[in-house]
Amino acid sequence: MHPSRDIIFFTTASGAGYGILFWLGIFAMMRALPTDRAFGVVALVVAFGLIVAGLLASTRHLGHPERMLMAFSQWRSSWLSREGVLAMVTFGPAGLFALGWVVFENNRGLWADMGTLTAILAVATVFSTAMIYASLRAIPAWHSVWVPVNYLVLAGLTGAVFLNFVGVLFDTHQLMIARAAMPTILIALVCKLIYWAIVDSKRVSTIGSATQLERIGAVRPLDPPHTTSNYLQREMGYKLDNKVGRALRFFVVIWTYLVPFFCVLVGRDVGSPAWALTLALVALVGVAAGVGAERWLFFAEAKHQSALYYDERHI
Amino acid sequence: MTTLPKSPPPIKLGLVIDLDVCVGCHACAVNCKEWNTGGYPAPLSDTDPYGASVSGTWLNRIHSYEVENEQGTGQTVYFPKSCLHCDDAPCVTCCPTGASYKRVEDGIVLVDESRCIGCKLCSWACPYGAREFDEPTGVMKKCTLCVDRIYNETFAEEDRVPACVATCPANARHFGDLNDPESNVSKMVAEREGVDLMPESGCRPNNKYLMPRPRRDAEETKRLDSAPAEGGLLSWIDKLLER
Repeated sequence: MHPSRDIIFFTTASGAGYGILFWLGIFAMMRALPTDRAFGVVALVVAFGLIVAGLLASTRHLGHPERMLMAFSQWRSSWLSREGVLAMVTFGPAGLFALGWVVFENNRGLWADMGTLTAILAVATVFSTAMIYASLRAIPAWHSVWVPVNYLVLAGLTGAVFLNFVGVLFDTHQLMIARAAMPTILIALVCKLIYWAIVDSKRVSTIGSATQLERIGAVRPLDPPHTTSNYLQREMGYKLDNKVGRALRFFVVIWTYLVPFFCVLVGRDVGSPAWALTLALVALVGVAAGVGAERWLFFAEAKHQSALYYDERHI
Repeated sequence: MTTLPKSPPPIKLGLVIDLDVCVGCHACAVNCKEWNTGGYPAPLSDTDPYGASVSGTWLNRIHSYEVENEQGTGQTVYFPKSCLHCDDAPCVTCCPTGASYKRVEDGIVLVDESRCIGCKLCSWACPYGAREFDEPTGVMKKCTLCVDRIYNETFAEEDRVPACVATCPANARHFGDLNDPESNVSKMVAEREGVDLMPESGCRPNNKYLMPRPRRDAEETKRLDSAPAEGGLLSWIDKLLER
């Protein structure tokens, strides 16, 4: 699938934003959040900023963005519609939670309950986003339960690594955040490796089954339907060089998972605040680059069954 | 509404494509392009139409394949492909605005261009590549089964067929009710074993394809390099007379 910069940014940024909201909600539920308003401002402004920027980016590829409101109507059947509805609904409790913390400097009591509700809705929204892709049988690499699993744990990972940075910045609650971030990163790495193993071994269709000409022999393409490329080839026919794919997977493992894990691990005990901040920043920048590459690969490695009518032999 | 009809439609209109006789002339694709550019939906666009990098929206595209059989001989198969109007159309359920729908009365899958936001998700959902995004109009386009022809009272009865069916010079395209066992299309499907493309997609397409028939001389046809060498003037004359 053609990797669209807008969609990659949308899923990673909104995922990170919802991840931040999720952890804030969980810590609020545990009555363990710092009441310090400044901490709240930084964390919430970034979270809301990422979500809004992501959602806006997702509208850039629309042919008729002025009709966007109609996209909330088919939540009974469409995951895209459900994601839109949930994203809007999440702003409710999230806004109240932010109001309580930032304006009233209170994230306990009922305000904390708003945080809990936000965490639940954040999970639901990210799940719906992932299901937009996972529900598509035509793309076997996406049609797997491991897609929503990875979207969720990566949202948790990016949110936790960001909060780790904020914790170090305000010199507060670092241990609690690190205790959340480290297992999340490890679980996320395992989930990614499982996903890659499953996707690499999937064999669903061939040019023979797509055309059914396998009934009369071995099939290979002759002429494409037109002399120049068409929308289908541009959108679904993206070809990723194997070497580039392998190199990027290596990059993803290092920068999305391993480097952030060790930065958070070492950063807990390091004495100098300058080093602690540097490590937290390296983890954050690493995760940003890593998850961008991970999402790019998610698109670039995925093949669409319609490509079997063009020049793919098996998917 | 993008939920599929609760009960299967009483009539299942669709096409039967005969791969045995299609000659790859593209007349069906061209007539479809013309009808849908001059008819009720927004025109099918072409960008850079007279230039080197022309690209356009087509609802029907003709692929071609080479098939090599066990005897080592091959044949070229021309393969027209347009929307198969699936029973379990994933392009319908994924649509967030309700623009993509399957008609309750006859099963035709359509795009309501006034509701389409051009998010392209339906084209991602379709395993057959039946839906295309039309850049200039910003909406998704697909085969309409010429719904504006088949019910058109101003047409003579014999013209109330899809444009592609009307124009095919090889009689490779047929239109009818695949739910009616007495219709010509149903009889053809039963007689020649009409197949679903990519059945593992789970979409249960309505359109059926008839496979190329085995060549009459398939057993006798040999590859040149495997033909046994025969010597002598007489055998040469023999071969000449055989033709």
